[in-house]
Amino acid sequence: MSSYKDMAIAKALNAGLQKAMQDDEKVLVFGEDVAELGGVFRVTEGLHKEFGEKRVFNSPIAESGIVGTAIGLAMRGYRPVAEIQFDGFVFPAFNQITSQLAKLTYRSEGFMQMPVVIRIPYGGGIGAVEHHSESPEAYFAHTAGLRIISPSNPNDAYWMIQQAIQSPDPVIVFEPKRRYWQKGPVNLDVAPMPMHSARLLREGNQVTLLAYGPMVTTALQAAEIGAEEGVSIEVIDLRSLAPVDYPTIFASVQKTGRLVVAAEAPTNVSISSEIAARVAEHNFYHLEAPVLRVGGFDTPYPPSKLEEAYLPDADRILEAVDRIMAY
Amino acid sequence: MMQFLAPDGTFGVPKEYAQYGELVDALTIEDLTKFYRDMARIRRFDIEAIALQRQGQLGLWVPAIGQEGAQIGSGYGVGPNDHIFPSYREHGVAITHGVELMSILKMMRGVNHGGWNPEETRFHLYAIVLGSQVLHAVGYAMGVKFDGLVGTGDKDKDLAVISYFGDGATAEGDVSESLLFAAINDSPIVFFVQNNQWAISAPVEKQTKVPLYRRGEGFGVSGMRVDGNDVLACYAATKFHMDQARAGHGPYLIEALTYRVGAHTTSDDPTKYRSEEEVEYWKARDPIIRFEKFLRRQGVADDFFEEVKHAGDELAAQIRAETFALPTPPLENIFHNVYSDEHPDIERQKAWLQAYEQQMGGHE
Repeated sequence: MSSYKDMAIAKALNAGLQKAMQDDEKVLVFGEDVAELGGVFRVTEGLHKEFGEKRVFNSPIAESGIVGTAIGLAMRGYRPVAEIQFDGFVFPAFNQITSQLAKLTYRSEGFMQMPVVIRIPYGGGIGAVEHHSESPEAYFAHTAGLRIISPSNPNDAYWMIQQAIQSPDPVIVFEPKRRYWQKGPVNLDVAPMPMHSARLLREGNQVTLLAYGPMVTTALQAAEIGAEEGVSIEVIDLRSLAPVDYPTIFASVQKTGRLVVAAEAPTNVSISSEIAARVAEHNFYHLEAPVLRVGGFDTPYPPSKLEEAYLPDADRILEAVDRIMAY
Repeated sequence: MMQFLAPDGTFGVPKEYAQYGELVDALTIEDLTKFYRDMARIRRFDIEAIALQRQGQLGLWVPAIGQEGAQIGSGYGVGPNDHIFPSYREHGVAITHGVELMSILKMMRGVNHGGWNPEETRFHLYAIVLGSQVLHAVGYAMGVKFDGLVGTGDKDKDLAVISYFGDGATAEGDVSESLLFAAINDSPIVFFVQNNQWAISAPVEKQTKVPLYRRGEGFGVSGMRVDGNDVLACYAATKFHMDQARAGHGPYLIEALTYRVGAHTTSDDPTKYRSEEEVEYWKARDPIIRFEKFLRRQGVADDFFEEVKHAGDELAAQIRAETFALPTPPLENIFHNVYSDEHPDIERQKAWLQAYEQQMGGHE
């Protein structure tokens, strides 16, 4: 019998971090304001008190320094979990992530492993100022050597953060910022599935709707409305953005013949684009229609008074469902 | 600037550097001849590597000619447990810590991107993005402190970290962040700046308005300048401050004032941006010639220098033969170690390339 507990996503991440730190004393948590304050979203709340200054500490406000020292700590045998405070603040660390962290195992011909986790709250919908609402995942998914995941619910949050910490390779965890307070049951005993598996969330037979992170909730809403309107939509939570679990996607697309991919990120050169290309390449004779993408526009993230129109919602997804059904 | 060996080979310890001088006094004639032997060895290696590049056997070579005093001196100032985070010109430091010279040539030939085991040599991989390795060094030093291996007083346990970088790299934000992170964590680390005066074609005046040994001050990292062409001063400065760092009195910054006599790399043409007079000025301050004069005064005889020269020629012949014999790596190396665990995209592309190569009649 497994025991369950209702938690919000932020709390589930917190509990997952706590569990990982209890299980392995080499796990360290650091970043901007993660210690006494517990992070601006309180994801690290209580960890400083429980594990002390040596294992949970504030870094100077220097993102390259945060990731660069995380690399050095990993070389010394630690398992650092570094927080980048907001999506738009990750870019000062871009060299350390893409040219160093991602490549050191390759550069050293396997002599070094890089078990570093970088947590990034991402996405919009919270009425924030510039650089606090972005979806930069494609930059990192493009880089060999990184593993990238995005949990969409508390149970995945609790388990995937622990799986990321256990990985011998660097993992970037994109956390669905606007869903931090969304509650759900967490199984405290058994992990649901491997970190890089996609999950079939809702069965349907006319359209496959693929989403990840904050957009999963929106996708489920769209499927619900779709069902009322007579369209049977199958929903898949991608969970892992690199690598992508193509077998699960292909099996669904081969059943439905139609795929809509929804994400907050601009669609140009995105995770969605790559999935569209791969699905077309490997499922050409199964497809009834071209793969459609629903996403942010190819603009900078707009001022927050305009974000409601920028971010895909259930209606925008259903508009694409209508188009794909019309083929 | 701390200098013990004048360009004419005369030796003297200024009063204010007496505690550093004691470290030099403790060196035996065996230590001193070892320093000379390695300086001469790495110079001969460098000359041969340039020739190998010119003959198409290496993709690139990064000469360290003129910097042997800074590198061999400081390399031998690093203790047996300490970790070293180099830039990409530290061939001299490498040989003081048992890195095979062929490992460096393999990298410059394009056989791999480094590939020596940093845990075994404690000499970490070359870093090509300037300053990037300095943050790794600081993170490593933070970890050493978390491990409780600073200031225990047990010589077999304590360790410190040293990171090498050049005057050009000091302009990188990563170096400033490194100084800050090291300072606020009281990290056991020494920052060793080889100021070789030129960042490719830009003079050091374009990289800094204040002398580099003072770069750390605003971060809380004290520093000193040593004559980088004085192998003994470089040894003493490094040994003294690594001992200090190991005892819990880090971090510290050492600027070794030296000169890059050769080109930045074999792709560079220094005649376009600096004068022949300047190069001649520095050649007259050559670290090896200076040290040879000193050793001769100490009674080291001709046959030693003859023997070192002969060993250098043997080394050159040997690395030449070994470079020519280096095999092209197997194609599957493209895919190895991208990840530690299996990865579906990598496996798929590896299988594809193998099938493709087979179909096309194999890769030569």
